[in-house]
Amino acid sequence: MSSDTHAHHPHDHAHAHPHPTLPDEEERLTYHQTMEVALRELLIGKGIFTADELRRAIETMDARTPALGARIVARAWVDPAYKARLLADGAAAARELGIEMDATHLLVVENRPGLHNLVVCTLCSCYPRMVLGLPPDWYKSRAYRSRAVREPRAVLREFGTVLPDDVEVRVHDSTADMRYLVLPERPAGTEGWSEERLAALVTRDSMIGVTRPTLA
Amino acid sequence: MSEAAPARFAPGQRVKVRRADVPGHLRTPWYIRGHVGTIERLCGAFANPEELAYNRPGRPAQPLYRVRFRQRDIWPDYHGTPQDTIEIEIYQHWLEPA
Repeated sequence: MSSDTHAHHPHDHAHAHPHPTLPDEEERLTYHQTMEVALRELLIGKGIFTADELRRAIETMDARTPALGARIVARAWVDPAYKARLLADGAAAARELGIEMDATHLLVVENRPGLHNLVVCTLCSCYPRMVLGLPPDWYKSRAYRSRAVREPRAVLREFGTVLPDDVEVRVHDSTADMRYLVLPERPAGTEGWSEERLAALVTRDSMIGVTRPTLA
Repeated sequence: MSEAAPARFAPGQRVKVRRADVPGHLRTPWYIRGHVGTIERLCGAFANPEELAYNRPGRPAQPLYRVRFRQRDIWPDYHGTPQDTIEIEIYQHWLEPA
């Protein structure tokens, strides 16, 4: 801000150095943001739910993080019987660990030598929120959604995951009622590690399938 | 789920996705229509989302399958190895025997 501007603009402090300003007004609402506000106000106005119930639901969802999924993966790595139950019925196995799943149908897909799984939702942004929390922005982007099915190996390379040709890449398009969680391979060199220590290796991206857990 | 349409397909069976162009809320992506794949598993029966989207009950519930396709069959210029696959959930009324 120049001193010339200061001369025309009353200022309640005397220093003259420039400082950045933030706009007072946020950008105009988009069409869909306006629709969301209108729908929310109507639902609250008609007594379908209260503003506090809505706030609480958002707070509960925001509290979910990939740490939930990481606990599931770490347990599967140390307990073969749990892993078998997890692959048979993902939601029931998550509930065993005290994770609330509501009506989610969770399919857990296992990486193994020769097979790498990758999850996408080409139609919208279906995501296993109950065990990973909210999806990252790139997961919802048109670029990821279209390219993950069309050129998955190129997408994986951009995430730093280079797979040899003898590994099958299996893409899971989450089009309907199932939600998908990738069970990554346990990194070599972690023998004897505690579940807590193992869980710290399991990242969100490795449970979507764009990366693989490493010791680095 | 008492009112569910009976399941017509079994794991391992070859199926073709209908090449239909119908208006409305659909869960069958364009890129897979007309292609032939293999039933991987039956996921259960679910209210038809094409009906639910318009506040109708969506009954009888439709069997929902995981269908596995070879990437090379879907994208003729696919850059990847021949064993790469894609799996998609498809409702029974979009499938026919192949």
